Amino acid sequence: MSAQKDRWFFSFSFLLFCASSILTRGSARLLQELSPQEYFSSLQAGRASLAYFSHNVSPGAQPFLEQIENSAEALQDYGISVVKVNCPKEDVSRYCGKENALRKAYLFRGNMLIREFPTDALFDVNSIVANVLFALLFNEVKYVETLADLQNIENALKGRLNMVFAYVPATGTAEHRAVMEAAFVYGTVHQFVLTTEATLLKDTGNDESDVSSARLFFCHCQRATDLAQPCRRTAMGQTLTMLNIHRHLKLMGAPLVTEVAEDPEKVSTVHLQLGLPLVFILSQKETYEADRRTAEFVAWQLLGKAGVALLSRDLVDLNILLRSNVALKTPDEGVPIKYLVLEDTDEVITLVEDKNKVKQIQEDEEEDEEDEDEKENNNQDIQDDQVVEAVSRDKKREQPLEQILVLTEETFHSALLETARTVVLFYASWEAVSLAVLRSYTEVADHLKGTEGVLLSRVNCWDWPGVCTKENVTQFPTIKIYEKGERSVMYNGMWGTEELTSFIMLSRVSCPLKLATIDEAEGYLRGELPSELSSYHHTSLLGVFSTATSEAREAFEEAGNILSGHVTMGMYFEDDALALSRKYAVSPPALLLARNGGRSMEGIALSKQSAQDMVQMIRYELLDIFPEITVQNLPRYLQLRKPFLILFSDGDIGQMESKEMLKLAKGRRRQAFVACWLNLKKTPVGRGILRAYFTTMPSLPVLTWVNLHAGGQVFKFPSEQSITEMNILSWLEKLKAGLEIPSSSLSEEDWKPPLPAYDFLQMMETAVPELPLHTSHRRGDTPERHPPESPGGDTAVPEEPSQEIKAEKVGSPGRDLRGTAPRLAAREKQGKRHSEL
Amino acid sequence: LGLALYAGSLCVASSAAFLYRDYCIIGAGPSGLQAAYFLQRAGRDYIVFERSHAPGSFFALYPRHRKLISINKRYTGKSNSEFNLRHDWNSLLSHDHRLLFRRYSRDFFPDADAMVHYLEDFASLLKLRIQYNTAIVHVTLERDGQAWNGHYFLLIDQDRQNYKCSSLLVATGTWVPNVVNFPGSEYVEGYETVSINPEDFAGQTVLILGRGNSAFETAENILGVTNFIHMVSRSRVRLSWATHYVGDLRAINNGLLDTYQLKSLDGLLEGDLEDLAIIKDRKGKLHITLRFYLENRNTSAGIDSITLPQDELDNFATRAPYDRVIRCLGWKFDFSIYNRSLRMMPGKGNKKKYPQIKPNYESRGTRGLFVLGTASHSVDFRKSAGGFIHGFRYTTRAVHRLLENRHHGVPWPSTVYPITQLTNSIIKRVNEASGLYQMFSVLADIILLRENATAFEYLEEYPVGVLAELEMQTGRKAPNGLFVVIMEYGRNFSGADKDVFYYNRAVGEAQHAWQSNFLHPVIYYYKHLPTEREMRLRPPDWPLPRPDAVHHIVEDFLTDWTAPNAHILPLRRFLENCLSTDLRNFFAESCFLFTFTRQKLPPFCQQGYVRMQGLLGSEGLRRHAVEAGLLEDYILTDFSGDRPPDSHEGSQDQLLRDHAVPVRPLQHLVNAKDE
Repeated sequence: MSAQKDRWFFSFSFLLFCASSILTRGSARLLQELSPQEYFSSLQAGRASLAYFSHNVSPGAQPFLEQIENSAEALQDYGISVVKVNCPKEDVSRYCGKENALRKAYLFRGNMLIREFPTDALFDVNSIVANVLFALLFNEVKYVETLADLQNIENALKGRLNMVFAYVPATGTAEHRAVMEAAFVYGTVHQFVLTTEATLLKDTGNDESDVSSARLFFCHCQRATDLAQPCRRTAMGQTLTMLNIHRHLKLMGAPLVTEVAEDPEKVSTVHLQLGLPLVFILSQKETYEADRRTAEFVAWQLLGKAGVALLSRDLVDLNILLRSNVALKTPDEGVPIKYLVLEDTDEVITLVEDKNKVKQIQEDEEEDEEDEDEKENNNQDIQDDQVVEAVSRDKKREQPLEQILVLTEETFHSALLETARTVVLFYASWEAVSLAVLRSYTEVADHLKGTEGVLLSRVNCWDWPGVCTKENVTQFPTIKIYEKGERSVMYNGMWGTEELTSFIMLSRVSCPLKLATIDEAEGYLRGELPSELSSYHHTSLLGVFSTATSEAREAFEEAGNILSGHVTMGMYFEDDALALSRKYAVSPPALLLARNGGRSMEGIALSKQSAQDMVQMIRYELLDIFPEITVQNLPRYLQLRKPFLILFSDGDIGQMESKEMLKLAKGRRRQAFVACWLNLKKTPVGRGILRAYFTTMPSLPVLTWVNLHAGGQVFKFPSEQSITEMNILSWLEKLKAGLEIPSSSLSEEDWKPPLPAYDFLQMMETAVPELPLHTSHRRGDTPERHPPESPGGDTAVPEEPSQEIKAEKVGSPGRDLRGTAPRLAAREKQGKRHSEL
Repeated sequence: LGLALYAGSLCVASSAAFLYRDYCIIGAGPSGLQAAYFLQRAGRDYIVFERSHAPGSFFALYPRHRKLISINKRYTGKSNSEFNLRHDWNSLLSHDHRLLFRRYSRDFFPDADAMVHYLEDFASLLKLRIQYNTAIVHVTLERDGQAWNGHYFLLIDQDRQNYKCSSLLVATGTWVPNVVNFPGSEYVEGYETVSINPEDFAGQTVLILGRGNSAFETAENILGVTNFIHMVSRSRVRLSWATHYVGDLRAINNGLLDTYQLKSLDGLLEGDLEDLAIIKDRKGKLHITLRFYLENRNTSAGIDSITLPQDELDNFATRAPYDRVIRCLGWKFDFSIYNRSLRMMPGKGNKKKYPQIKPNYESRGTRGLFVLGTASHSVDFRKSAGGFIHGFRYTTRAVHRLLENRHHGVPWPSTVYPITQLTNSIIKRVNEASGLYQMFSVLADIILLRENATAFEYLEEYPVGVLAELEMQTGRKAPNGLFVVIMEYGRNFSGADKDVFYYNRAVGEAQHAWQSNFLHPVIYYYKHLPTEREMRLRPPDWPLPRPDAVHHIVEDFLTDWTAPNAHILPLRRFLENCLSTDLRNFFAESCFLFTFTRQKLPPFCQQGYVRMQGLLGSEGLRRHAVEAGLLEDYILTDFSGDRPPDSHEGSQDQLLRDHAVPVRPLQHLVNAKDE
């Protein structure tokens, strides 16, 4: 391998040298003028020389002499000296004596005469060089006249050597010279075959070629194994010059497909050095074999025109689109590699073969890429609704819906009468949110399996719109709980499994629950009653009323109705209510709040409050003082419309912090803000919040102050200070005084449409310009892009040069516009490129 | 009760010389009954006058061959009652499930007797107030400034009984046969009386004048026994499946076309009936000639002297004599009973069989007079279904709603929804609404936006022809822009000469939806209610003037527009861009994040999560959303401190991209090449 390289190196530099010497043709006379004696004595064995014998000035031979002189330099490069032998007048020796001999040139190797040329065969430098080399390379360059000769040579070479087959219309031409010069260099590497027979050229399957121009083929006989088949040929496309032939042979010698495992920007091959492009086939492990076949196929097609490399994506970390499958590297310095998505090997070949097309495809590609860029920002037809997409992706999974009874228009009313409580989910089978809720609903059904007196059912409003309308269901989803033959309650909580389960369970118990004895009341406050609910609530509310306070009691009962399902409320209004109220140091009417199973008790006096006020009050009282904020409970605290003081913690918060924060929360400032903490383990989305607040992740726990409802400023409690009530209070003072710098501010950005819509109006106007859309009088606020039509119907709008193109795209009845009808196939995403594959 | 009322009204009439009702309906056909139903449900003071002893008297006689061509599709595979009305062309609208036509006939093309029976039941089960055997013979006006419309309608029946009404609903249909007068027209039998027994035509040669469904129905009946049938009419035959107009020739009646085109002696001819003349020879055979020849002949000469066309042109098409000539030229509205002061004018051109009315179905000549049913078809003649039961049952309801607003201060029924339900309410309606579907391009749903686009008001099936008067006609306000939801065929798809089966006639891709050909929903967006002038200057063939934006939901083979990506997504994008907001749904977790990181929330979070109605979603769904790259999984993310805060977005984009573009390995290329 390396030897071969060396040889290349040698030959290439040699040729370069030749080329440069031709160009810089030295002024020194290379033609030696010797006497016959001098000449013959100077002949060295193995060295070739071309001699011309003359009797001083013979006017007829003058032009010929000039050519000989001119060719001296060229021949010298091949180690052939050119000598003008001046015959003395009296000399009548073999070469000088005959008049005839003076019209010839003689080629000697050593002192052996190889060939004598008539001067008319040496009409110019090309013919001299060509003929001289032809004579010298008699063994290296086989001359053939018939196809049979050629085939014999070819067959003999199979599996051994490659063959260079050249056709020249005549010997002594520039092309002939180029071939001979190449043979001089490569004669030992490849077998050269020459012909001047036009019929032979035709017989070799080049019927259409012009016999007046020379052709050269590289025959890949070395790889040929099948004797019956001719060797694969690669024609040289360029004219036969020495440099071109050299390039061609070099390219033929290069490996068919180069395997690359490095950054393509750094890759360099013979092709690139010779000014040819390099095509990368991007491969990956899974498709390697197929890609290799593709690469070879392409390489054969492109042989002599471009190099082909196989690039393993798995080995190289490419920062390119996954779907790109082809890359093109041009020899031009500084031109970045183009990554393309091609669907056909033809496209790869066109890419290289047709220069114009290359440009066009690149432009197309650029356009496409722009399109795609646009699409990437602009993927209008790609779902960007997380709920819809999640539900669609889940569509194929079978839902465990056995637990849920399907109700219809016919069965709806009878079903409601069968169970004490019927929960009905009204949904639409095409609507994503209601389908998402249906999934949670099946989980609820699972939790409540076997619960007495509760039936879970559903109505598909897409099937039974009549029931839904009658039940006043105007949106999907809606959940209603029907009590046998009585009222119904609409669920208005979070659409989540736990929340819904708890709601259904809590609403089984009447709200408020009338307690009959002191013992019951005490048990209720301890959270022991009603026993089946103990796992669903944390705080019990007990209204204590004296028999006289009926007004407050009614309001309390009404509030209970409103809050049914969300809280547990009890009421006690027996004669001995005073005893109970005395025990907890309240005077009826009063409300007792038992948190955490009665471990902490709070009494609130009830005055003449309306039911609504009471609902408000109860809701407020049920809020924790220093809650752990979660996705589920945030809305309850949001309603306070206060700034948030949040302690972000990775896991549970430390006792110290907890104590200090609680102190702070309980303090005077309780009214001014919501003190809470966030467990990043339980609410991982909190990391998203921190990420938005701070460019670098602060060390946890971190205390932040967020003005959610005013200005949206975020402040971070200095991490060097310890979280104590005092420190926090003084920090808050500083905040208030404007002495602290906010870490960030919440984005004020509006929620704009994520992507544009299809502008059908514009499409109509572009595609059907005669559409009399402009006739109607427009108001002042007409968008600028719809200028009024000028009288001539001239729709050319200066700021929209792309209109015509768009018109073509839109208006052409091309197959990409319409599918067949009926359309059985799914929508194809790729309509842009052909795919006859 | 009906009898008692009848007796009561007679009593009133005799005392005050007339009987008064707020609403008088003339005709107890389908549209009269339909109007009566809505008035009854609204508790209005109304009466229906019917000249026959039973409702639907037209159907007792017609069609003569008793086969209705309105389809009675009993199965659609769906239980949605509203949707099923899209394929039930015979039922009237009511709340009573017993009154669905599929309970009255099992035939796809039912017998007309079933219709008579149905209409009788409709009237009796719903206890509609109908005064039978009362033929209104004259209608006149009585000016009175106190009256609803500045005048009362005075009606006189065949017994000279007077009735006085504030509003007159004309539901008389078109029942006066069209006749053509030409020399010899006395030999022509009318469709109304011609025998329907095929035996009577055995071995006869018949010429039928006309080319509508009645003409073909008649031909169909006798096709098998006649020598041959020729049909003459001025216009070419229009096939309803090519025009999408149910009034054109229906496939069920076109057996004669088959025999004509399959060279079985029957044939169609075009010619102006006014130029025709028929002469009867001594054998009683009828010969066709031209009026022109008759006018030029010597009047004293006998029948033999009359030139027949074949005398000059010996291959004249209708040179063979006929045994019978039958006229089947359709019907027209009875204009005769209206006093001139009512200015009931016939329409222009091909609408001359209908009275002139405005797009709100009110007479052009008289305020307070509304034309219902078949007679109101001038609004959408040869376009939509307003002349047929399955169309006018909806327009009648629309007229009722207009009247409720005009006379009783009851605004057009509407529902207010939060803006998050906008996409859903449109999808729901375009998938099930039957009025939009049957009365395509005529009735439209109107969505009135509330301030700041946080909520909207939904009005169903409003006549788009009076869109400019919406505020006045409905009592609803439209200060913040509106959407109009309507259904349309492709503009250049239907037509008498169009090939409606051409290859690639269907559009499949949402981005080309505007080129859809089959009936599909179209949504127009206006920042302001169009003015009357804009309505007048709208492009021809457009139901509405140029909107500020328009959206087509791509036609669907199943007329099921619920596909999340092809139907709902482009609609959402359209609505979002009109309203300049983000109408996506979000899981509670996303709303939670937005609450803490954004000052403003998208409507879905604002109207759901913040109000404690967040969508928590199941773990499975959350995972899908994460996989789709639409939700970030913070449990998995390795939160490196130096990551810029917006890299979140970037990673989503990357995910999106990878998700969207499938890898295309090249191996298929070579394999294909090798083949």
